[in-house]
Amino acid sequence: MQMKQESKDETIGRLKRDLLRWQGVAMPESHTERIGLGPIEDAFPGEVFPSFGVHEFISGSREDSAATSGFIGGLLSRLTTDNGVCLWISTSRLLFPPSVRAFGVAPDRVIFVDIARERDVLWATEEALKCSGLVAVVAELQEMDFVQSRRLQLAVEKSRVVGLILRCNPRLVGSTACAARWRIRSLPSLLEDGLPGIGFPRWEVDLLKVRNGNPGCWQLEWSEGRFIPVVPTRQARNRFVQMKKIS
Amino acid sequence: MEKRFASIWFPYLTTDRHTIRQPRLRKVPFVLAAPQHGRMVITEANGAAEAQGIARGMVVADAKACFPDLEVTDAKEDLNKRLLKVLGLWCIRYTPMVAMDPPDGLILDISGCAHLWKGENYYLKDIVVKLRKRGFHVRMAIAGTIGAAWAMARFGKNPIVDDGREIDALMPLPPAALRLEPEVVDRLHKLGLRTIGSFLHMPSSALRRRFGEGLPLRLRQALGREDEPILPLRPVPPYVERLPCLEPIRTAAGIEIAIGNLLEALCKRLSGEGRGLRIATLKCHRIDGNSVQVGITTSRATASIPHLMKLFAWKIPHIEPALGIELFVLEAGKVEEVDPVQEALWGGVPGLEDTALSELIDRLKGRRGVRAVYRYLPDEHHWPERSFREASSITEKPSTLWKSDRPRPTRLLASPEPIEVTAPIPDYPPMLFRHRGEAHTIRKADGPERIEREWWMDEGEHRDYYYVEDDKGRRYWLYRSGHYGDDRPQRWFLHGFFA
Repeated sequence: MQMKQESKDETIGRLKRDLLRWQGVAMPESHTERIGLGPIEDAFPGEVFPSFGVHEFISGSREDSAATSGFIGGLLSRLTTDNGVCLWISTSRLLFPPSVRAFGVAPDRVIFVDIARERDVLWATEEALKCSGLVAVVAELQEMDFVQSRRLQLAVEKSRVVGLILRCNPRLVGSTACAARWRIRSLPSLLEDGLPGIGFPRWEVDLLKVRNGNPGCWQLEWSEGRFIPVVPTRQARNRFVQMKKIS
Repeated sequence: MEKRFASIWFPYLTTDRHTIRQPRLRKVPFVLAAPQHGRMVITEANGAAEAQGIARGMVVADAKACFPDLEVTDAKEDLNKRLLKVLGLWCIRYTPMVAMDPPDGLILDISGCAHLWKGENYYLKDIVVKLRKRGFHVRMAIAGTIGAAWAMARFGKNPIVDDGREIDALMPLPPAALRLEPEVVDRLHKLGLRTIGSFLHMPSSALRRRFGEGLPLRLRQALGREDEPILPLRPVPPYVERLPCLEPIRTAAGIEIAIGNLLEALCKRLSGEGRGLRIATLKCHRIDGNSVQVGITTSRATASIPHLMKLFAWKIPHIEPALGIELFVLEAGKVEEVDPVQEALWGGVPGLEDTALSELIDRLKGRRGVRAVYRYLPDEHHWPERSFREASSITEKPSTLWKSDRPRPTRLLASPEPIEVTAPIPDYPPMLFRHRGEAHTIRKADGPERIEREWWMDEGEHRDYYYVEDDKGRRYWLYRSGHYGDDRPQRWFLHGFFA
């Protein structure tokens, strides 16, 4: 009976992998490529962050996009080794270059591209995603439709560069061909024993959509150069639920 | 045919060059000096200084003691060689064989050239007048041997020595005219041999025994009994390719083919020399007499045809062919050495030195609508807006470390936005602030962090920054401008958003 049970699990696992393969999702061989996102990573197909895909980040306000930039900075530091180069494309660049140092990215290894019109951002992003000399491309965009996201995704699959699209105040959030859709919001930081001041940055990470994965919601903290999953206490959770109700 | 040589002497080569740049130095005693054994020694003095008795080899301090208003400038190393090269290349219009004769002369092989200027007299006059017009002191002489021309330019009275008359011309000149080493000249003077004529007819074995091999060799060379080779300057051909067309070109496809042909020829030469271009311009001469010009720049020297073709392809729509283009000229305006890129056997993570990356940046820069491509390096300023500077090149390394000891927002507003604030007592963080009609109750705060304005760069108030978190967990960077005062309202600003 035991034997049969195991073989059933194996069969399901094999079928899942086959399905993914037929859908054209390249699966890494082992679990060693995890990038340290903790429980969030289990939500992705194969339990590995799809580092060869386009990720979409939705933010509703300037505060949220600041939190998202911080989270992206953390992701970049996990994805790039000490030598990798990233491109940051935007129309009105607000990112403060020295701040990404706090998230473990050397600001001199980030190249900023300033573009006058939003339509050219898409062109530049696609051109950059085709370039295998980069590790990641971050683009600040407002609108992106399915066809455009599909083009970016196709470019990524060939060159294996991570595409991170930061969409601030999108008018229309339709379906896209991205590997995942995120929403990052800041949470009150926590300090031990009522110490004065502000603690480590803490975010609520909403994974709204994942291709072939399970969406969910987590809390993360950035401290000592890595993501630390926060298990909310009962009290904090209640407050959180209340806050959600209000907003 | 008999050989004829000309020697040009610039007695004040480097000081003349300074005088050309700064005409006010013409009448001023002026010297160039270089450090030698821990003191400044004069390496070159102009005519006005020499008239005062200042000569090469004097210590600057001594000269200054005699003439306090002496102008002294640091001598640049190899300036004379660079000047001679430029002047030598200029002289190629008079003869194809021009050699440098450091430290301050040129030697021209003018065999069969002078008759084009209607004789050696006019030839010599033409060169001397033109060089004097440029501001150089010049002496020039023509003779049948290099040695004789050299001697006559520096020591002789008669600038042109007819063929076979070298002995007569050299006889009254001092031994230094033979290009001898200073020790040999000293010894000759000590022995009372003050003119070349006094030892010209001595047996060469006796001269060799007393003065070494140099003296008889120089004598034979001056008298034309031994050949003396010269090393002519070779001008660097400019990196230009031309493509004349039989039929005027009017189509984009035709222009593309023309650019392809030109690039192939230019890049073949560049890659053969291990160089690459940084700036290229294409001039299209049209049959209506006008010309159109387009240019490209690259962030790293390259001789890759497909990459350059791509950069030019975007410029083709800007070329207006009108009635047709009959001549294409492609010129590499700036050429640099290419660092040879080592092929990686297995692909590591590509860095800033990657060629694919620099090609991407060139493509981005060439596109319309792309305002700029920046890379930032840390700068030693506390003022947030000045804490980073633009890197001059893609591979420039940071000279200082990025600071991360103080909290800095991930998003910084280009211009701080005014806010209304309720703060309990001076220097405490605010309790509440209102921005764009929304009230934010502050729960946690850090600060103040005072950042003083850099008074040597701009004027204004200092800033006291607070890092605050409101009741919804959003984090802001606020500051108060200036001190608390009695008579004026407090000015608070929102300057950034934290992650």
